[in-house]
Amino acid sequence: MSKTTLVAPVTVQGRGEMIRVEHLKKKFGDFEAVGDISFVVNKAEVFGLLGPNGAGKSTILRILSTLARPTDGTASIGGYDVVKQDNEVRRLVGIVSEKMIMYDRLTAKENLWFFGSLFDIPADTLNQRIDELLELVQLTKWKNSLVGTFSTGMRQRMNVVRALLNMPQVLFLDEPTLGLDPQSSVEIREFVKKLNRDTGTTIIVTTHTMVDADMLCDRIGIIDHGKVVALDTSSNLKRLISGTNNMVLKVDVPNLSPALVEGVRALGNVKSVSQEDSTHLKIIASGDDAFDSIIDAVRKYGGKIASMENVQPTLEDVFLHLTGHEVRDSADQKIPLERHRGFMGGARRIR
Amino acid sequence: MANRDLLSHSFRIAWKDVVELYRNKFGLVLLIVMPIFMMGMVGFIYPSNTNSGNNLPVGVVNLDGGNSNSTLASQAFISVLQQINTKTSMFKLTTLSSESALKDSIQRGDLEGGIIIPSNFSASLLSGKQGTVTIMTDTSNPQVSATIQTLLSAVFNEMSTGMAQQKVMALDPTIGSNGAIAIVQPLKVVTQGIVPGSSNYFEFVAPGIMAMTVMMSVMTGLPGAISQEKEVGTMDGMMVAPISRLSIILGKTLAQTARGLLQGVILMILAVTLFGVTIQGNILLVFGLMLLGVFSFVGLGIVLTSITSDQQTATMLMTTIMFPMMFLSGVFFPIQQMPWYMQDVSRMLPLSYATDALRKVVVLGAGIPDIATDLTILISFGIVMTAIAVPVFRRAMTR
Repeated sequence: MSKTTLVAPVTVQGRGEMIRVEHLKKKFGDFEAVGDISFVVNKAEVFGLLGPNGAGKSTILRILSTLARPTDGTASIGGYDVVKQDNEVRRLVGIVSEKMIMYDRLTAKENLWFFGSLFDIPADTLNQRIDELLELVQLTKWKNSLVGTFSTGMRQRMNVVRALLNMPQVLFLDEPTLGLDPQSSVEIREFVKKLNRDTGTTIIVTTHTMVDADMLCDRIGIIDHGKVVALDTSSNLKRLISGTNNMVLKVDVPNLSPALVEGVRALGNVKSVSQEDSTHLKIIASGDDAFDSIIDAVRKYGGKIASMENVQPTLEDVFLHLTGHEVRDSADQKIPLERHRGFMGGARRIR
Repeated sequence: MANRDLLSHSFRIAWKDVVELYRNKFGLVLLIVMPIFMMGMVGFIYPSNTNSGNNLPVGVVNLDGGNSNSTLASQAFISVLQQINTKTSMFKLTTLSSESALKDSIQRGDLEGGIIIPSNFSASLLSGKQGTVTIMTDTSNPQVSATIQTLLSAVFNEMSTGMAQQKVMALDPTIGSNGAIAIVQPLKVVTQGIVPGSSNYFEFVAPGIMAMTVMMSVMTGLPGAISQEKEVGTMDGMMVAPISRLSIILGKTLAQTARGLLQGVILMILAVTLFGVTIQGNILLVFGLMLLGVFSFVGLGIVLTSITSDQQTATMLMTTIMFPMMFLSGVFFPIQQMPWYMQDVSRMLPLSYATDALRKVVVLGAGIPDIATDLTILISFGIVMTAIAVPVFRRAMTR
């Protein structure tokens, strides 16, 4: 990323409270997407919402960015209510949606100009800001190219800088690394960290990838089925496992069988078992005799143990420990809305 | 200040839509081709002079045995028919031997109709009775059937009058041909419209098609423009900006109106250059009416788009509403021809008033005072629908 720095319109003073969410509820018909959620995010903090797809993370971001109305409860940003003072809130926030907010038939510059002009930024300021932002994400070369010809990584960078046009004090990122290659994901993460460090922008990021949450967030709220199940720093969350009597074991059994997995799961001192790949099991267990009883159980089902190690717990383990299921269990439930391209519009690129 | 912002935001949104449309070359071509098809279709299907046949193939069956001593009355009849036809070339006459041969030819589609002169034709005329001529038509094609009936009846009527005129003159030679015609046909009908020139069906239909196309363009364009942005997600980009929701509606509408007007202008140029429609009224008033038509429709379009979940449903709903509207609004058939309950339905559709007003201006050269009622209704409809549309849209977008 470039060395250009961003200057927020208002300098952040102190580390007060920026976002307050109280008993927030959102229902779609009978389906409760968000059920009674409360949390506070401080100024200049990077706050993560971690959970599987369909857990209600996106809905929370949509409510906070005035794109959806809460069914019940309140939320405020910088002291402004998201329902009653929506236009004030809109000036304070920027949202990087899961969907790419850009027009394929406009150039990079035209896209940014269009969205920026809706914020009443003076023309020369806006022009300058667009140049700075494009430079920041290394898209200056493609300034006058149609966005429809961009790669996914380039599009996501466009998507991020679009949200920065109004120099928001609060930035919402909804699954910013979804569908990106590892290289682009790293770039986006570094960009977000730098933005937070340089400008003190408060950031809420939703993700179902543990790496994002672990690397980016000061604090993480773990969300499952519309409820916050835990909220703390990454290391404190991990201590939920290691701080108690629990340990995380990685066992390599070359001849794994379903019966063996169930047998281990049935043990009294085993909290949870997840199968990592065809030979590896990850077991969260407690008690002094955990090692022995697991070894006994594996051998009882005819398993041969190639290796067994005590590993550091990850956020994934924390999620499993807290909810009893894995993040990816329900991660594929939501079918992404494919863009309707219509008659003769099947081609991805625009000629 | 707030109003200026509202307008400037709408213009930016409209500009963006127009640029997108302009860069979509295939869509642009379709946009221009559609009115050409529309006008071409209607213009050529309904020729300007509807009551003249154009070399319609008609068979003639002469079964008249007559009287060997005198010239057959039927032959004289046929030669007069041929004389008239040579002048007007309405029919292509073919002689056939029997009634069944004529029937076969009509069934095969070789002929559109036929004339049958019965065997007692000459005998009846000579004995002072009425001579009967039968017209046979292809009743499966009512349009052509009616044309043939009308044309032949007119020809026979003319021949019949001529024969009666001669008979009267024979009875009293002093009376003269003018006196004779006054006895045979005491009344003569002359038709005159209130504007110069003869009117035709196309002049009736053209203004309606203009109104309809502009509105259809907006009605089908809006669900595309709004639902698609909603689905793709770009609508969020506008919704998170601190702008009035009305300016989003206005901007979208402006772009759609520009699109509709482009089609309207193409239609108008075609109607004038190819099909001889003359615009009697003020051309600015014509444009003003098309704009007003759009305004009256937009609210309805926004409401329908807002209550549907996706683009496909929105388009389907729009088509469902557009079709009856096309036929009930007097675009193709005069409202006065419909049964009273249908007329009542028609009176609830804004397109009826737009069509009516546009027709009056184009065909009759009407000015604003003449169409004040239409204008009032269109403006009120537009205001009411827009007032409903804004909150519905706001709710739908922040679900």
